[in-house]
Amino acid sequence: MLRFIVRRLLLLIPILVGLSILIFLYLRALPGSPAYALLGDRATPESVAAINREYGLDKPIYVQYWRYTKRAFIEGDLGTSSRTRQPVTDELKRRFPATVELAVGAMLFAAIFGIPLGFIAAKKYGTWIDHTSLFASLLGISIPIFFLAILLKYVFAVRLGWLPTVGRASVLIDLEHPTNFYILDSIVTGNWTAFVDTSKHLILPAIALGTIPLAIIARITRASVLDVQNEDYVRTARAKGVAPMTVDRRHVLRNALLPITTIAGLQVGLLLSGAVLTEKVFAWPGIGSWLVDAISGRDYPVLQGGVLFIAIIFVLVNLVVDIAYGFINPRIRFS
Amino acid sequence: MRGKSLKFVLLLVALLALAAAGCGGGDEGTGTSAGTGTGGGGEGGTLVFGTASDPVVLDGSLVSDGESLRVIDQIYEGLISLKPGTTELEPALAESWEISDDGLAYTFKLRQGVTFHDGEPFNAEAVCFNFDRWYNFTGSFQNPSASYYWQTVFGGFAKTDPESGAPEDSLYASCEATDESTVVLNLTKPSTSVLGALSLSSFAIASPKALQEFGADEGTVDADGIFHPTGTFGSEHPIGTGPFMFDSWTRNDKLTLVRNDDYWGDKAKLDSVIFRPIPDNAARLQALQSGEIQGYDLVEPQDIPTIAGDAALQVLDRPAFNVAYVGINQAIPPMDKIEVRQAVAAGLNRQEVVDSFYAGRGEVANEFMPPEVVGYADDVTEYTFDPEKSKQLLQDAGLTLPVKITFWYPSDVSRPYMPDPKRNFEAFKASLEQSGFKVTAKTAPWSPDYLGQVDEGNTQLYLLGWTGDFGDPDNFIGTFFQSPQKAWGTTTHPNNEVTDLLDQAESETDLAAREGLYQDANRAIMDWLPGVPYVHTKPALAFAADVQGYQPSPVSLESFAPVTIGK
Repeated sequence: MLRFIVRRLLLLIPILVGLSILIFLYLRALPGSPAYALLGDRATPESVAAINREYGLDKPIYVQYWRYTKRAFIEGDLGTSSRTRQPVTDELKRRFPATVELAVGAMLFAAIFGIPLGFIAAKKYGTWIDHTSLFASLLGISIPIFFLAILLKYVFAVRLGWLPTVGRASVLIDLEHPTNFYILDSIVTGNWTAFVDTSKHLILPAIALGTIPLAIIARITRASVLDVQNEDYVRTARAKGVAPMTVDRRHVLRNALLPITTIAGLQVGLLLSGAVLTEKVFAWPGIGSWLVDAISGRDYPVLQGGVLFIAIIFVLVNLVVDIAYGFINPRIRFS
Repeated sequence: MRGKSLKFVLLLVALLALAAAGCGGGDEGTGTSAGTGTGGGGEGGTLVFGTASDPVVLDGSLVSDGESLRVIDQIYEGLISLKPGTTELEPALAESWEISDDGLAYTFKLRQGVTFHDGEPFNAEAVCFNFDRWYNFTGSFQNPSASYYWQTVFGGFAKTDPESGAPEDSLYASCEATDESTVVLNLTKPSTSVLGALSLSSFAIASPKALQEFGADEGTVDADGIFHPTGTFGSEHPIGTGPFMFDSWTRNDKLTLVRNDDYWGDKAKLDSVIFRPIPDNAARLQALQSGEIQGYDLVEPQDIPTIAGDAALQVLDRPAFNVAYVGINQAIPPMDKIEVRQAVAAGLNRQEVVDSFYAGRGEVANEFMPPEVVGYADDVTEYTFDPEKSKQLLQDAGLTLPVKITFWYPSDVSRPYMPDPKRNFEAFKASLEQSGFKVTAKTAPWSPDYLGQVDEGNTQLYLLGWTGDFGDPDNFIGTFFQSPQKAWGTTTHPNNEVTDLLDQAESETDLAAREGLYQDANRAIMDWLPGVPYVHTKPALAFAADVQGYQPSPVSLESFAPVTIGK
């Protein structure tokens, strides 16, 4: 087990090196430069040259890469944003919790509604309930997040006024931020008004972001439950006269959960890499919206640091999923 | 059997749904802030303003981006300000000023009894401390993206780093505090555009004590060469004399200012203003509709009818402060001939372009600067769309029709003065081809390719524009025509009349005479036709209907002090 984990972690090294080279080359292949992004219409050949010189962008690319890598991997320093002049690591510390909070909210929403939906559909296989659930999940997969977000906000915020449209907390809420997970912050500091407020802020973004995972989870659950309930051991259990609820809970759902875990794990990895659209539409200050703004600003340090960070998170989440697999299914051995 | 398990699942779903709802439902009314803003009635209360991003840093001398300046304008003041809604100068921290006859010394009489937010007195010494600080910037502070306005107005520094890209010479000679309330600003050569420039927030006066105590000039340059401030002046202790004081700033969340009750002038009416970053335009609109914010800037033209049609909201126009033009490079024949340039002007259907592509936010431009700026002349030669006249002019120039020209437009860009360059280009191409030209289209991505081609003088006809930095004609026609540029072909085809007028205007200390010189320059420019200006556009702001007193300014120097909220 330990060897398995160590080996997977060692695998991170070639992944990160390869990825850092790719992102480095890719960024420099993009038209435009930080200088033009910073100066806009006011760019003159002299001022562009001055900025390039100052940022070392006039050096050969391998020199730039070597300097960056040395600092990033050996000193753990990801540089300073050229637009906000804030250290990239500081900004990561502020933004990653926001992304995690949103991802957890979205996954909770997806699992809480997706698993039962898929389960019912399987139980009612072939009936109108099944068809409706299939249709709903198809709709969930195909609806553009952007559109859904605008629609949700229009109905629940603009029309009904129940929920807020932007941000992680209301501006009039005074909240300390020991962890930068706003909901957690409000619990830790015992600020219940803030807890209600921050939870409310999470609902719409979590629904918008969780819709696709919900639909996927519902469909996988349905397929998986259909598979499992025709297994011999389920029939045996039923024949023995085990209560139907117990059969469903202990034999069907538990075994059906295996593929769901895999999918859910992959989804979490995706969600953690930043929900670009959702974050943008809800002014949710996470990793995704940060990277998008960095692209338009040609903010090389942010893009390099941010993408590397996401890669690490993605690999780690997958590792956790694999380990969790072993616990859910004891037949799996780590080798 | 089946029925029972279904019941179990349904129960489960119901419970979970309830839990999820309970998780967020909570008490009604807490938080979601429809009405965060309303302070009850009349005065007081809090206004939440949606911004496109966080400020970079709250130190005017180090930024040139609008979102930083918006907040800086509330906290700090300069020697000179502008009459609200105009580009006319008005006294601020200086009560009056005098220019010496040689145009080299500017004497400012300072307002007395003014204190900084930290209780320190505002006086001549404080003013000179700030000017000397800017003049002595070193290292990364000389980066053109940091001290952009200093470099634009004053040029170089005490010790200009030759690598910095900053101009070598400086207009700034020294600052003398001759007594407690008198400051003399000495220049190395006469330049009257300095007065207008001093209204820029980048020349606002900060508390010397706070600048030192909180390390305004401290920072490190990382291996990428990017400067990272380590002091807390610009992030936690920005201290000026303005009507609002800094309260707190949680990055990516909110920045709160509170009223300065010791303000020397008319005190702010609101208790506090909160700036909330909402990068997405559609999200800003919805936040306004739901009442989470009470105002935002840079409204998309397509959203204006929605806002105007909502009784709870209002649209405010900001006067135009930009110009888009069709540039002509006289170094590429036959553009050296005045008849051909006149034919281009007669061949561009500018009215149609402005009517079709600017959603009612544009007006046809007749000069290279907007009418709001001093020095605008009402009687320049105007050019209307006239294909027959255009053909005649071309024939008079001895050319055979159709005359072949190349016309450049940029891709991958949208500017307030040019939301969709390609459509502008296509309409212009069509009208030029009606008028005796044969147009070859050329395009390139805006930056760096397109701008590079234009700057290098490779483009015969091209679309370009400019947004002003401050309310002075020097910032428009001075920028374009005072020194030779390859883009216009003025390196080989100069117009001495125009450059002489602009030079004279810049050193003229009599403001009325100066205005006359700039008007003459505008008349001369429009006869010379180095290009054809075609549109000025008006940006829009949106507010809740019960917000009163916000006065949009052409240069975006807008104060929240007179603003009230609530009926």
